[in-house]
Order: sequence, then C-alpha cells, then structure tokens
Amino acid sequence: MMYEVRDLRLSFPDMAHKPLIGAAPRLEVLKGVSFDVHKGAVLGIVGGSGSGKSTLGRAMLRLLEPTGGTISFDGTDITHMGEDQLRGMRKRFQMIFQDPMSSLNPRRRVGGIIAGPLRLQGLDGLPGRVDEALDMVGLPRGFAQRYPHELSGGQRQRVGIARAIALRPDFILADEIVSGLDVSSQAQVLNLLGELVRDLGLTLAFISHDLSVIRRLCNRVLVLHHGEVVEEGATAALFDAPQAAYTRELLGAIPLPDPHQPWG
Amino acid sequence: MSGYLSIRNLTVRLKGGATILRDVSLNVGAGQVHGLVGESGAGKSMIGKAVLGTLPRALEVVSGQIVLDGTDLQTLPPKERRRRIGASAALIPQDPLTALNPSKRIGPQITRRLVDILGWPKVAAEARALELLEEVHIPDPVRVMRSYPHELSGGMRQRILIASAFAAEPKLIIADEPTTALDVTVQKQILRLISEMQARHDTALLFVTHDLGVVSKVCDTLSVLYAGKVVEEANMHRFFMRPIHPYSAALLAATPTYTNPTGSLTPVPQAVIDGVEREVAEHDMRAAP
Amino acid sequence: MRDARGEVKRPIGLRLWLSGGWLALLVLAALCAPLIAPHDPLMQDLFLGRMPPFWMDGAEPGFWLGTDSLGRDVLSRILYGARLALIVALVAGSLTCLVGATLGLIAGYYRGWPDRIISRFVDIWMAFPPVLFAILLIAVLGPGLMSIIIAIVVIDWTRFARVIRAEAMTQGAMDYVASAQVAGRTRFGTMLTEILPNVLPTIVALLTLEMGIAVIVEAILSFVNLSISTDSPTWGGMIAEGRTSVHQAWWVLVFPLITLFLTVLSFSQLGEGLKDRFDPVLR
Repeated sequence: MMYEVRDLRLSFPDMAHKPLIGAAPRLEVLKGVSFDVHKGAVLGIVGGSGSGKSTLGRAMLRLLEPTGGTISFDGTDITHMGEDQLRGMRKRFQMIFQDPMSSLNPRRRVGGIIAGPLRLQGLDGLPGRVDEALDMVGLPRGFAQRYPHELSGGQRQRVGIARAIALRPDFILADEIVSGLDVSSQAQVLNLLGELVRDLGLTLAFISHDLSVIRRLCNRVLVLHHGEVVEEGATAALFDAPQAAYTRELLGAIPLPDPHQPWG
Repeated sequence: MSGYLSIRNLTVRLKGGATILRDVSLNVGAGQVHGLVGESGAGKSMIGKAVLGTLPRALEVVSGQIVLDGTDLQTLPPKERRRRIGASAALIPQDPLTALNPSKRIGPQITRRLVDILGWPKVAAEARALELLEEVHIPDPVRVMRSYPHELSGGMRQRILIASAFAAEPKLIIADEPTTALDVTVQKQILRLISEMQARHDTALLFVTHDLGVVSKVCDTLSVLYAGKVVEEANMHRFFMRPIHPYSAALLAATPTYTNPTGSLTPVPQAVIDGVEREVAEHDMRAAP
Repeated sequence: MRDARGEVKRPIGLRLWLSGGWLALLVLAALCAPLIAPHDPLMQDLFLGRMPPFWMDGAEPGFWLGTDSLGRDVLSRILYGARLALIVALVAGSLTCLVGATLGLIAGYYRGWPDRIISRFVDIWMAFPPVLFAILLIAVLGPGLMSIIIAIVVIDWTRFARVIRAEAMTQGAMDYVASAQVAGRTRFGTMLTEILPNVLPTIVALLTLEMGIAVIVEAILSFVNLSISTDSPTWGGMIAEGRTSVHQAWWVLVFPLITLFLTVLSFSQLGEGLKDRFDPVLR
C-alpha cells in the first residue's frame, strides 16, 4: 500500500474573521477524508474549486500538517513527522505543480532546476541524470541551458515533470498540471505521464477538475466535494454508473465537442 | 458578405518584427455567435483587441479594415473611434480577478460605464445595475453592489463582468476566453448565462476560446486560427461532422472526450503542423513587397 | 506550434552610459583628487576672493570654476568633496541595504513570529520623524564620518525592510518555493537559493537609490553644519557658504549644487538600468 489515509482533517485559521483577542475561528478544508492508494495505481482526485483537492495533495506530501486523522506512506506514519525526518524520505514522494509559470524559478536555468533536488538528496552523476530526465520527457538536452521564459507552457510543464522523476520517486502527485495548457500540449503531457507510469513503475495521484482528462489517465477516481469524499471507485464503473449526485453533476458539466448533443 | 462586425484582410505586425495576424477576414452577423478557435499564441485575443482598439503599443495594424455597423473603424479619428466602440461594443474578459478594480465596490464599477459613456444620471444607472445583477442570477444584488471584488467567488465575479458588458446594450460583445479560469461546473453555468443574455439582448458575439467543446455548445459559426492565419471557417454542424482542414481535424482529435477512453489522445501530428506552417510561409511570401 | 510572441531585445541604454559615466568620473575624481585638483582646496588667498569661472570677464587663469569668498578654488573643493560624498554613499548605502534587506527577507519569508516582531519594530521605528532623529543622533554621537553613516543606516533601513518583506512574501507563495521544500531543502537554504535571486533586482534598485539618498542626507547635514567637523570641503558645506554670497558669486552655490544633483540622479538611473540589464527575465 503506497498511501493509507484515515479520517484526514485539515483546518486553517480564518484570519479574515479573527476577533481582537483570542484565536481566529477555524476554516475546515478537509473534513475526514479516508482512502487507500495501492502501489502502481493511477488515482484521479476530482473536485471543484473549494473541494480541498489541492490541500489534500499537499497534505499527502506533508507540505501541510494535518490537524486530525492519519496519513501513512508505505507503512510509515508521516502525519506529524518533523521536517528533519521527513527530509530523508522526501525523495520517495514528489510533486508536479499546476502553474508552469510559478513552479520554475525564473532566474535559474532548466538544468539547475532539475539538478537542484538531486543535489539536495546527495545523488551524484548530476549532468548524466539531468540529461536522462530531459530525454525521458522528450525535451532536447540543449534545453538545460535555457531559462523558463524561453520555453512554451507545455515545455515548462515537461521540465516540472523531469524535475520530479529525476529523483526516481515511488510516488508522484500531479496537481492540475494540464489545466493551463492548450489541447495539443495537454495531450502530449498526458501521454507522457502514461508512458512514465508504465516505464518507471510509478504510483500517481492526479488532481484535476476535468473529468475527461481523468478518464483518459486514471484507473481509480476519488471525488471530493467541500472537503469530503462523495464517491470513490474504479474509473470505468464511476463513469458508467455514477453513484453520487455531485459526480453526476460533474459529468454533466463537460462540454463534449458535439453541437447536436444538448447540454443536459 | 457583411455582418454587424466585418473584418477584412486584417494584418497586424510587431513594429519592425514578426507578423501576428495574417490577412484575417471574418464576419459576425447581428445577433450571431461566432467562435474564434486556436491554440495559445495563435493570435485569437489580438483580433478582439484590434477591434476594441486595445492592441499593445508594440503592435500596429498594417492593412485591412475593421467594419463595425457599416463604418471602417480605421478611418475614424481616435476620439470618434473610441466613442463609437464604447457605445456599441463591450468585452467579457478572461480573468475576473484582474478585470475588476480591487479597491472599488462593485456598484460603481458597473455604473461607471453608464454614467461616463452614456451620460446617464446616477440614480437611473444604479437601478439598471441592479436589474442587470438580477438578470445574471446574482442572489442579493443590493448587498453585492456594496461588496468588494475579493469578497465574491470567481463565478460571481464573472457574472458581474457579464452584467457589466451588457449594461450599455452593446450591439457587439467580444468574449475573450471567459471561462478558462473557471471550474467545470461553474463554466457550464456561465456559458449558459452568456447564451441566454446574448439571445435576449440579440447581441452579436465574438467568442474566443481554445476549447472545441465549449465552441460547439455556444457558437453558430467559427473560424480556426493558426499563427494568425484563418485556416478554416465553417458553421457548427458542418465543422464537427466533416472538418476540412487537416489542422482542424487534428485539433478535434486532440480534444479528450470521455466517452472514448481507449482512444489515445493525439497531439497535433508533426506532419499537420509542417503542412500548415508551409501554408503560412507561402502566404508570407505572397504578401511580401 | 509556433508562437508568434517575439522577444524584444534591449540595447545598452543611453541611461546606463550616462549615469555610469558620471559616476565613473566621480570615482576617478575622488581617488585622484590630490593629483588632478589644480589647487589645494584649503588654501585661502583673500586677494583672489570671488573670482568668476573661466569663461567670464575678470577670471583668474587656473581657477576654472572660480573661487569662493575666501579665495579657495571651487573646482578643487568639488573634487575633494566627492571623496566624502562617495564614501558616505557606498558605506552608508551598503550597510543600510544589508540591515534592511536581511530583516525584510526574514520577515517576509519566515512569517510567523519573526515577521510579527520585525514588522512591529519597523512600524514603531518609522513613527519617529527622520530629520529630527538624525539631528538628535548626531548631537548624541558627536559630529564625524561614523556618526553620519550610523545616522543614515539607523533612519533608512526601514525603507528596505518594508519593500523587501513584501517581495519576499510574494516570492514565498510561488510554487517553486514549495517545490524546493518537496525536494528536501531546509527553509534557510530555500531562502538563499530561491527567494534571494528573485528579490535581488529590487535590492539592487533600492541600493543605488539609497546611495543617492545618502549623498543628499550628508549634504543636508553639512548644510546645517552637523557633518564632519574639519574644514575638509563638502558639497553641502559649499552650498551653505555659497548661499550667503549668491548675488555676488553665484558660481560658489551653483556648481556644487549641479554636481550634487547629477550624482543623485546618476545613482537612481544606474539602479534602474542595471536591474533591467542583468535580469535574465526580459520584461
């Protein structure tokens, strides 16, 4: 089992409503989320804005600390693990971020961006590994010398992927990574991810608000609504026979490229 | 053929540099919805900006006509042109967050257009603003008028921008990727709303998007753009049944449809890109003096 | 697919040449003053008092910009005055930057209680009226070069702290910072490798601005006679003296004033020019 999440809760202090004296009221973002991720699975995490899906992703990577419940990664309880201990484990779970503009440091070259995590985790043979990573995402090796703003959105996203896989992690979280891309780049990135999952034996969690993308890539789907799991199951089953009303609403909202089919 | 908005052979360049729009022609009839489709960087937004006169200063219109309700906007003196555009056209922008002034309440932001451009008295403008907020199904419009943008959700803000666009009863609205920044369920509501408003006010609508699914639900006709050149123009039904240009067909093939999960998503094949690049190059050679 | 968005190349602007040129000249003057200056700036000769600059009638040859009421050569005094101005600019400017930017960076990136403490500190500090504060400080410390530098640092660091804190906060929210954490970098390491490079352009612009301000502050202080205590020439002091004889010998006031103005202008323009030039992110 890659991940075991039990009754996960996360709340933030609501600074907008903080009284003068005393603690701010808590904004509950995750309200008791439970699910498993098997090794080698490709899990889609779906929900609208405000559903808590990004927060869930960041909690799984321990960029945030849960306020309740437990998260276990490969048998180890990481729920309240200190940063020093976590650092040792970090190379096993990595993340690819949504916005290719803000996820790459604009003042570092691509090569440096990919090599950064490698250096931190004490790996050697850096130039070779960087080249390898670029090859795997289908980018020319010469791109290592470029700055992010010299690449297109789709290319930047692939650098983000290269950075994540260079460490050969066991698990990758992809947070809305195709949302800002046009159709062609989107297709390229999704195909690439599918290949990498197969070739590298990755476990992948894919966050998106777009069900049509999820269907293409994932074998299991988790539907979140207002911080709670409303449905979870195998992709085909969920699409053929959605149980929850919210799932049906999400499915119905997708504009299929067919002018004759009315929008239910 | 001419419509309410008729763009003829519009060419736009970076001053002393690359060509952004190549000989673009399109028509939007009164009360019609025309889609403008293409990938990012194809120049779709630039067409809207050229019409509204908001092209970045680094760009210039080299040739062509932009005919709005029978008059070529290019031939008008700048002040008259701004007045015409202000009175008959409006924009629904892409990002509801940056399009609203964060330090002003909603009410004044809607009424400003009515008061400044059309010279309405303030009281009448406020009444109209409330009417519009109701038309776009905003609950508790009085409270919303007094709110600041950051107090409202993305979907609400987009509704306000839609209301604002229709405020002066424009004959033409340009919607520049109005739902790209929104959730899929909110997108559906907003698109429905835009269609509803467009039909009710009988406005001509130029709808810019990269999403073919969206286009098929909202538009009557469309133009497909690549590198600033129109590669295909068609009506909805014919296009989706039988796209003529290989690039259009490739775009359609790359759009995920969840009813066909086993079909692989094909990005636009290199051969198609080469083909359309050749077309663009040929066009440039013919156009060069 | 091909992207029609082109890149706009920027040539080295006139601005950078002019401001850099002037400052280079000034540095040369300051370093080589004893060699270049035509006369001893302190030498008085009452018979040569109030001689006009070389292009006017009655000018004394060898005194290019004229003399003041005590017969001292204006040009030489300006050249020697450049030394003080530049030392103050460089030392005070850099120290202010160091203190202010460091505190601002820590406050903006770490947030939490370091931010609360530092921000409160900045707020309270900025409540003191700066000019009064400077005068008070110097009255306590006694006049001298160190005092001026300390006074400038003590008053101006808050400018840096505020601006850099805001920038650090914006940068801290970027995904590449989260990415560094995911990769296992310590918070301190992230601050140095991810935040600092992105905040550096602003720091550079503020630093040069601060240098210009330091020169002005020194000039003001020597104008009111609170600057260094020797009769070594200072531009502010020259302006003060020139004020009294402005009708009979306008050049005593005007030339140091122009020099001061050009120097401060050059500093600020240099900052803007450098910031754009060395930033890989072309705007």
